[in-house]
Amino acid sequence: MSAATDRLSRLLALVPWLRAHPGIPLPAAAEAFGITPRQLRDDLDLLFVCGLPGGAPGDLIDLSYSGDRITVADPQTLDRPLRLSVDEATALVVAARALADVPGLAGREALDRALEKLEKAVGAAGSVAGQVRVSLDTHAEVLAAVQRAVRQRRRVHLRYLVWSRDELTERDVDPMRVLVREGHWYLEGWCHRAEAVRLFRLDRIDGPGGVEVLDVPAAPPPGAVSRDTSEGIYRPGPADVRVVLELASPARWVADYYPVTGVRELPGGRLEVTLHARETSWLHRLVLGLGADVRVVEPPGLAAQVHALARRALAAYGLDAPAGGAGGER
Amino acid sequence: MERLLNLTMCLMATSRFLTVSQLGELVEGYEPGVTGEEQEAFRRMFERDKAYLREIGIPLETGADSAFSDEVGYRIRRGDYALPDIALAPDEAAALALAGSLWSTTALAGPAASALRKLAAGSAAVGDGGLDPLTGLDTLAGLDTLDGFEPRVDATDPAFEPCLAAVQAGRAIRFPYRKVGETDVAERHVEPWGVLSWRGRWYLAGHDVTRGAPRVFRLSRFAGPVRPVGPGGAVRVPPDVDLHAMVSTQAPPDRVRTATLAVRRGTGHALRRGARPVHAACPPTELPPDLLTGPPAEVGCRPAEAGRRPVVPADMDLVEREFADTERFARWIVGSGPDVIVLGPPELRAAVVARLRAAAAGTAGAREAAAVPGGR
Repeated sequence: MSAATDRLSRLLALVPWLRAHPGIPLPAAAEAFGITPRQLRDDLDLLFVCGLPGGAPGDLIDLSYSGDRITVADPQTLDRPLRLSVDEATALVVAARALADVPGLAGREALDRALEKLEKAVGAAGSVAGQVRVSLDTHAEVLAAVQRAVRQRRRVHLRYLVWSRDELTERDVDPMRVLVREGHWYLEGWCHRAEAVRLFRLDRIDGPGGVEVLDVPAAPPPGAVSRDTSEGIYRPGPADVRVVLELASPARWVADYYPVTGVRELPGGRLEVTLHARETSWLHRLVLGLGADVRVVEPPGLAAQVHALARRALAAYGLDAPAGGAGGER
Repeated sequence: MERLLNLTMCLMATSRFLTVSQLGELVEGYEPGVTGEEQEAFRRMFERDKAYLREIGIPLETGADSAFSDEVGYRIRRGDYALPDIALAPDEAAALALAGSLWSTTALAGPAASALRKLAAGSAAVGDGGLDPLTGLDTLAGLDTLDGFEPRVDATDPAFEPCLAAVQAGRAIRFPYRKVGETDVAERHVEPWGVLSWRGRWYLAGHDVTRGAPRVFRLSRFAGPVRPVGPGGAVRVPPDVDLHAMVSTQAPPDRVRTATLAVRRGTGHALRRGARPVHAACPPTELPPDLLTGPPAEVGCRPAEAGRRPVVPADMDLVEREFADTERFARWIVGSGPDVIVLGPPELRAAVVARLRAAAAGTAGAREAAAVPGGR
């Protein structure tokens, strides 16, 4: 859409919306439409001079804002919103269907009712929605237990795999919310072991037996605030190491799977990726597993550590490391 | 902008069809003019305005009131224009608001938000919608009842928007695509059937024209711009197509085999999930004390050949686990270094050893570099 059609669309929606919210403060209305109060004021000034042919006062849209509160006295023909566009219908119907597939969702019944009304209201504009689909893969039993704990505000005991350290941990967590980000489900809560807010990936909880809803009320301390995930789930910390890897073509998938902060194309289909990591053991695993398809550019210590691990593993098979470059052991 | 609004309202207010010249007289902002040039400019302006109205989905009806009139007229039927009454209860509005928040940064985030605003405008007009008139946060009320549940779907792939547009338009596309594990980029020609997010990644499903078969493409592997081909509405989507089934079965699993692994105690937790223990028959005294510090011990199939259980070091557990793709499973095992040793089958063992050798060779030069502080 162009800027002109965007604004026309907004103006047509604004009038009935304001009418449905009599006396709403200007900043709140601006926020609801994702525009600045200044933009909204411009919109209102424009609507003020629009109306039916004739241009007499009784033919114009009648709205006023006194102080910061807006009132629409006469919307002329714009008393109802325009029906949903194909984009709007697609966005809302697809999302509602995705949620409706989530097992054990509280409010599921309300969602079903809403979806039925919505599908009826959008009519033909919703037909494309069948061709767009979001599958929120769930771990149904773990999810159900976690959701119950959030709903009842109860503490949970988790047996949780810290994948980056390959460590199975036991901990008590006061749940705060359940999130889906980038295709993964998370429980966010106050972890009594870490004494901090932590995110737990549901697929790393050790199966349905790995979560136990305790008969203890959840009580996250007042200072416990949800993590801002708008920039992604993983936030580089000050203790993180900068890692630069050069990937051969068969290992390009790494850029898709790991939270890389930089990607550079190299000749021959090779790819240089930069990532930041807190733990080293998962990096060892990554680099070892990639074998000949990766070259460690940074940090220098990583390659040496991987080399030592590979030699020890080969020794366990009763084998020597191949004769390497100048620095290799013989 | 005033002109567009005035035009829309005028067309909504009329029950008769209004001709272009009538609109020119009636609508504030038009100057039909007198000279041929001026009239031509006015007509062009009206054509553009008409296109704007249609672009945002206003149902512009054309016709004539009399069979004798040969000039086409326009009007907007309010019943076609308006969103039908959709009286949402507060909990229903909250559920849809949650749904709308699914699209965090995708091209659908804006449309979802404007759809919710229209629903709020339409729903509240019919009466008690459970709105808070002061904050206007009608659509957010009641979110607490939904388990503090916050789903978000991202679509950062540049190909997402053009693919979605092609699906909506029913239009074929061409794009350069890099298959997984391949260096070369190949041009694809696809009739899109749908886009799907599965396990956090976006896919395009459709008919591959060149290959004459249904195919699934991951949007992150598009290697360049998506170009529409041919007219819109040309793509016929088979009525029985199941996007989810297409994407989830695109890589049918290989033959499933069983691996026998020695896993050091306290490690390999991810690997142990889905694995089952095997109890070694050998008495512990026969086992090498430490696989790593002791002399290189042959851990493997030798005892099995003699019909006995394999020898396992005292600090390792013997487990069995199913796997399908040898190379992928080998990559996973190799990552554990000396903590997981493959006893069988031989092709898995060979794949792991080959990868270990490659890793050792690839990092061989690093020892000296690491040993010198600040070196290189």
